[in-house]
Amino acid sequence: MKNEGESSERPDNTAFTQQRLPAWQPILSAGIVIPGFLIIGLAFIGIGIGLFLTSQTIQVLEGPVFFYYGLSNYYQNFRKYGVSTDYYQLSGDTQYFKSPQDSCSPYSYDSQNKPIVPCGAIANSFFNDTFELYQIINGTKKLVPLDGKGIAWWTDYNIKYRNPTLVNGSLANAFDGTSKPLNWPRPAYELDLTDQNNNGFLNQDFLVWMRRAALPQFRKLYRRITEGDYAAGLPAGNYSLTVHYNYQVLNFDGQKKIIFSNVSWMGGKNDFLGIAYLVVGSLCVVMSVVMLIVYAKFKFSEDDV
Amino acid sequence: MSFFGLDCVRKKEREVERKIRANDREYNSTFKYATNSIKTSKYNPFTFLPLNLFEQFQRIANAYFLILLILQVIPAISSLSWFTTVVPLVLVLSVTAAKDAIDDINRHRSDRKVNNRKVNILINGKLTSDKWMNVQVGDIIKLENNQFVTADLLLLSSSEPLNLVYIETAELDGETNLKVKQSLTVTGDMGEDLGALGSFNGEVCCEPPNNRLDRFTGTLTFDTQKHSLDNERVLLRGCTLRNTDWCFGLVLFAGPETKLMQNCGKSTFKRTSIDRLMNVLVLFIFGLLALMCIILAVGNGIWENQTGSEFNNFLPREENTAFSAFLTFWSYIIILNTVVPISLYVSMEVIRLGNSYYINWDRNMYHARSDTPAEARTTTLNEELGQIKYVFSDKTGTLTQNIMTFNKCSINGKSYGDVYQQYSGERLEITEETTPVDFSFNPLADPKFLFYDHSLIEAVKLELPDVQAFFRLLALCHTVMAEEKKEGWLQNTLINLFLTYPSSQHQSLCLVGHLVYQAQSPDEGALVTAARNFGFVFRSRSPETITIEEMGMQRSYELLAILDFNNVRKRMSVIVRSPEGKLSLYCKGADTIIYERLHPSCRKLMEATTDHLNEFAGEGLRTLVLAYKNIDEDYFSEWKQRHHESSVALEDREEKLDELYEEIEKNMMLIGATAIEDKLQDGVALTIEQLAKAEIKIWVLTGDKQETAENIGYSCNLLREEMNDVFTVAAHSPEEVRQELRDARLKMKPSTEPNKFLVPEVILGNTPKLVQDESVEGEYGLVINGHSLAFALESGMELEFLRTACMCKTVICCRVTPLQKAQVVELVKKYKKAVTLAIGDGANDVSMIKAAHIGVGISGQEGMQAVLSSDFSFAQFRFLQRLLLVHGRWSYLRMCKFLRYFFYKNFTFTFVHFWYAFFCGFSAQTVYDEGFITLYNLVYTALPVLGMSLFDQDVNAGWSLEFPQLYVPGQLSQYFSKRAFMMCVLHSCYSSLMIFFVPYAATYDTARADGTEGADYQSFALITQTCLTVTVCVQLGLDLSYWTVVNHLFVWGSLGMFFILTFTMYTDGLFRIRPSSFAFVGTARNCLNQPNVWLTVALTALLCVLPVVAHRFFSCQIAPTINDKVRNKMREMKEPAPRPRHPRLTRRSTRRSGYAFSHAQGYGDLVTSRRFLRRPATSRSTAFNSAGRSPGFKPTGRSAGYSPVGREQNPKQKVEPTSLQKFRTVIDSSF
Repeated sequence: MKNEGESSERPDNTAFTQQRLPAWQPILSAGIVIPGFLIIGLAFIGIGIGLFLTSQTIQVLEGPVFFYYGLSNYYQNFRKYGVSTDYYQLSGDTQYFKSPQDSCSPYSYDSQNKPIVPCGAIANSFFNDTFELYQIINGTKKLVPLDGKGIAWWTDYNIKYRNPTLVNGSLANAFDGTSKPLNWPRPAYELDLTDQNNNGFLNQDFLVWMRRAALPQFRKLYRRITEGDYAAGLPAGNYSLTVHYNYQVLNFDGQKKIIFSNVSWMGGKNDFLGIAYLVVGSLCVVMSVVMLIVYAKFKFSEDDV
Repeated sequence: MSFFGLDCVRKKEREVERKIRANDREYNSTFKYATNSIKTSKYNPFTFLPLNLFEQFQRIANAYFLILLILQVIPAISSLSWFTTVVPLVLVLSVTAAKDAIDDINRHRSDRKVNNRKVNILINGKLTSDKWMNVQVGDIIKLENNQFVTADLLLLSSSEPLNLVYIETAELDGETNLKVKQSLTVTGDMGEDLGALGSFNGEVCCEPPNNRLDRFTGTLTFDTQKHSLDNERVLLRGCTLRNTDWCFGLVLFAGPETKLMQNCGKSTFKRTSIDRLMNVLVLFIFGLLALMCIILAVGNGIWENQTGSEFNNFLPREENTAFSAFLTFWSYIIILNTVVPISLYVSMEVIRLGNSYYINWDRNMYHARSDTPAEARTTTLNEELGQIKYVFSDKTGTLTQNIMTFNKCSINGKSYGDVYQQYSGERLEITEETTPVDFSFNPLADPKFLFYDHSLIEAVKLELPDVQAFFRLLALCHTVMAEEKKEGWLQNTLINLFLTYPSSQHQSLCLVGHLVYQAQSPDEGALVTAARNFGFVFRSRSPETITIEEMGMQRSYELLAILDFNNVRKRMSVIVRSPEGKLSLYCKGADTIIYERLHPSCRKLMEATTDHLNEFAGEGLRTLVLAYKNIDEDYFSEWKQRHHESSVALEDREEKLDELYEEIEKNMMLIGATAIEDKLQDGVALTIEQLAKAEIKIWVLTGDKQETAENIGYSCNLLREEMNDVFTVAAHSPEEVRQELRDARLKMKPSTEPNKFLVPEVILGNTPKLVQDESVEGEYGLVINGHSLAFALESGMELEFLRTACMCKTVICCRVTPLQKAQVVELVKKYKKAVTLAIGDGANDVSMIKAAHIGVGISGQEGMQAVLSSDFSFAQFRFLQRLLLVHGRWSYLRMCKFLRYFFYKNFTFTFVHFWYAFFCGFSAQTVYDEGFITLYNLVYTALPVLGMSLFDQDVNAGWSLEFPQLYVPGQLSQYFSKRAFMMCVLHSCYSSLMIFFVPYAATYDTARADGTEGADYQSFALITQTCLTVTVCVQLGLDLSYWTVVNHLFVWGSLGMFFILTFTMYTDGLFRIRPSSFAFVGTARNCLNQPNVWLTVALTALLCVLPVVAHRFFSCQIAPTINDKVRNKMREMKEPAPRPRHPRLTRRSTRRSGYAFSHAQGYGDLVTSRRFLRRPATSRSTAFNSAGRSPGFKPTGRSAGYSPVGREQNPKQKVEPTSLQKFRTVIDSSF
């Protein structure tokens, strides 16, 4: 039976069928694990120090300063809240201006059965407090210019949200036959009376609000302070903040906050990562020492298999 | 096919009696008997979809997902889009449906093939060829030689004298020896007369269809005469007509009502212990799911009460907190559904299928001589192969080849058979290169017979009288029958052989001896063949004479008496008168028996022969002692007279005959001794040694005799001289058996005495208790015969038996019936909670193969039955070690790794939702994007784990065989158990906590580097998704110990796929198409370009994985498992395992007797009766010969039944199994 051709049933001799595929067979040996832990530990400590120092260098009053408002105990991540919006409408599809999606219910139609645009709970609960910041210099208030441009994600502004095509050159006409959200003082096309281009769905504040937060305690960017004397940060001094209070938070036991902060390459001020890296790194180093001791003590001999 | 309605109707009108009138289709059709078309397929194109879906949804997992789907379309609770469930469900259903469809197409095909076979039907006095399916009850059909029997037939007439037909029942019971059926004379007289047959109008009245193969009752009314019918008159479907030119039969039962089909019951569906564990775990998982959902529902209730109600300004919703909690419960059922992984079952099937293919593909389990690869016939049991604790093996044909070779002999105090180095006098091992003795001087020599000691042939040529007497005895004292074949016939057969079996050309070419011996025991055949080759050729026998050719001279001996063999006598003798008129008695038998009856003058020779016998016995050879005696004529005639009187005596005939035999068989002269090797299959002893090292216990269950079984036990190292004791239980009453078992146990472990009383307690318990393994000092063996086993298996004693047997290293049960084999297996299964494997080759092993967890059939031999009912089949016993130690171990390891990892990844995935619930008002908000939820199990994590479970090996095959101890963890279910599962759950808990809280803390109150939103829901979702995917990927990398190219591809590919698909799903284009489904547009771009996101991912992954690494490192250092040790050794060697090289097992033992003989009583009468000397003219199959190289005699059949026609084992019997046997109908219960 030497002749291969004759024996038809003989299985093929390939590395695959014979389970002999060449393979890398890593083993968690002391030579890999102990140095591995040590290296990871040292690297983590290094990164941790870097992160921690970066986080510490974030100063409130060095420019550019970012002006956030914060809400707590506010469940933007509640499922029914989250789905209560109509992306077709928000991408400017006027068909959905007439009949908003069911998901928006009960904020789809107003009492006159007119469709609400933008519909849904998220839009309806749009944060509409406004703030004015003054520096008090010698008793006089000096308005700190706030920059509201580009505070939303570029993709939201340019891709995700679109205004309906203008009707007779007017945004307002495009919203004909629709109703404003119940809580809103003004319709969508009149959100920003000062800047015509900042209206409709492409209003920066609206975009920021529509990007709902992951956690019940969140902060959202309100303005940047990038202009004039304040481009390099807020100089030390007295400031006064005027709040045009529209938004009720007390009834849900929530809190409003105003935060001024600047950012670094790793984002806003957050010590967690730095500390975590330091702790984990140190633990790794300690662990590698323990491992070395254990290895020296228990190292099993080869011939007891 | 079962339409329930139809079945019910049919059952109501159950047939009580069957009435058939020959050649009267009209009359017969009034009874609505089944026609001969069979249908094993389940579906047709129209019923496939509904039936298949109906079946699939009977699986709990599928039904569960259907319910989920329904829940998801209810808007109030739908927390996930419907497609997250539909996509996997449809995939799973279609894969299963495709598999079912292919199976069913195959069934259709084989049905069609069987149904369309042609047969000659007698219609209106004319023979017409028609398809099988058109045969109806009451038809008369004509069968020709070698045709399959179409349906259950009443034999009417045949071409052979006395209306006999020969059939082979291999497909029914696996026995290849021919059986004889005879028709009634009244029908037989019709012969081939079509006119008579056509007008035959006999009426048959018989039993309704049933599955008793060995019984038939009925009457035939013909010409107003009633004839009774029994099994002798009936040919059953599934038999093959042999050596009969033609026969006519009346169809009694057709198609599904035939006994064969009635016997093809639904095979029991075997499930592995992992399957059973999984069922428990799935229940546990359901419990866990319900618990989590209840916690979250309660949480929702509390939240709504305290916080949520105040939030109503922004989101008006359900006021009733209880109802809200209720809805939340269901919403969370939907979200957390991934703890019950739908793809788990499909993946498990795929893994098992893949691992089965490895078995089919393994060249190391391919047997070149019979061209038989191993075959995994059941593809759902692989991992069980890695957990075998008990192996139940058949002996004949499994451990042994059932080939006897005349190996050595001792003649007049001189031993022959060993080969010595010419100069040094050193004993040489006989290998393939050793030159065998040239028998060319003898034209009648059997070329297959090999003998290596040239001194014996020299002695024969020198015409030494002792040597001549030795071979003369062998040529005369036996019950073998000889058959001379004609040249022309042989050539024809050879030509046929070329055409039919091209691969076996050179084997059949070497077959030129045209003298064929039919021996009922292979031992005898070997002895007579030996004599034949050494020039004492047994030519023929008649009831009164035996003709032999002594060194070319034909001599006819007058056969005066055969003193037959039986178990008590353990010897047989013939009394012959030589042509010269000399009266002699030739006797062969067990050494102890013969020695008592020798003439005192043989003392010296006895001593020399005893030495040789001990030597032979020590080598595991079967020995017989030969002696002769010259008889005085007067004495003999007087003895003959008494013999005649005794043999017709009505009382105590046996005793009287025994006395007479005893009287004449004494004072014999010793000639010498023969040593026959019961050839073991290759590598049996080594395999058994390996399996023993793997702590697998081997029990031999054989129908053979105690001596033979013991002998084999010694020669394959199951029983050893060094054993402290080998207990033999051979008692005749329950009390004795109990006592013997108890004595044995107490001898092994005296301290068990107090435990003795525990046994009744155990029996009283309602639930079957487990018999603990008891460790015993020293090694013991137990041999128990079938008679004692019957008592030992009774309910009062089975525990006693099991305890004793389990303390022994080796258990041999001999003379057991097939049923007892199954009972022993069941006993161990019941009380030991161990995984059992039964291996056998014959029909008598079927019951045990079916009873054991895993049944293995030896293929490539006679009979299909064992293979057809087995789960795995291969050609050689030695492949068992590879099947278990390599394939089984790997399959088990892979499956366990797969399950551990699969649960880990799904739990981790799901638990994150649980933690998030506490931060989103228990609102059933998912953490991840819906697209990710859909693809996580299907795309991102499916292939790497599949790759692991198809390719992983902790150590390669060589090392697995080198260290059989690696098998032990599988027996203890160490790799996957409830404990391991709990560890998985805890591990997942930890990982999910990390995956949730590290991103939580890292994004808390922070922003992107440009100050814009960085902690929004979508970014958070993406960060956790990335953390999760990377973590499970790294974890997989850690679990994977064998990185092949495919694994690299799968792991990196899946990780890459995650990023590619994530970016793709978040692109503008897709958002434009369907904004609501792809609302995550831009998230990936804005999020994954942040360095702190990547730092978070790295931190999470390492936090999840490093503790695992540390744990593994410590456990490997402090308490290394056998795997760790071997892997470490392997790493240090950096070489593949050395080819296992084992020295040939040398047994030097002091065993007194190697007597064992597979002879049965009663053949002496047979060969002297005229009846059996008539044999059919042609016998076509005798020229087939399987093992060309193997020397020695081929037995006619393994069964004790004597086959009138010699039929040797075919190399590869192309017996077409019936479609029912090919496809085991499997009713898959839930899960």
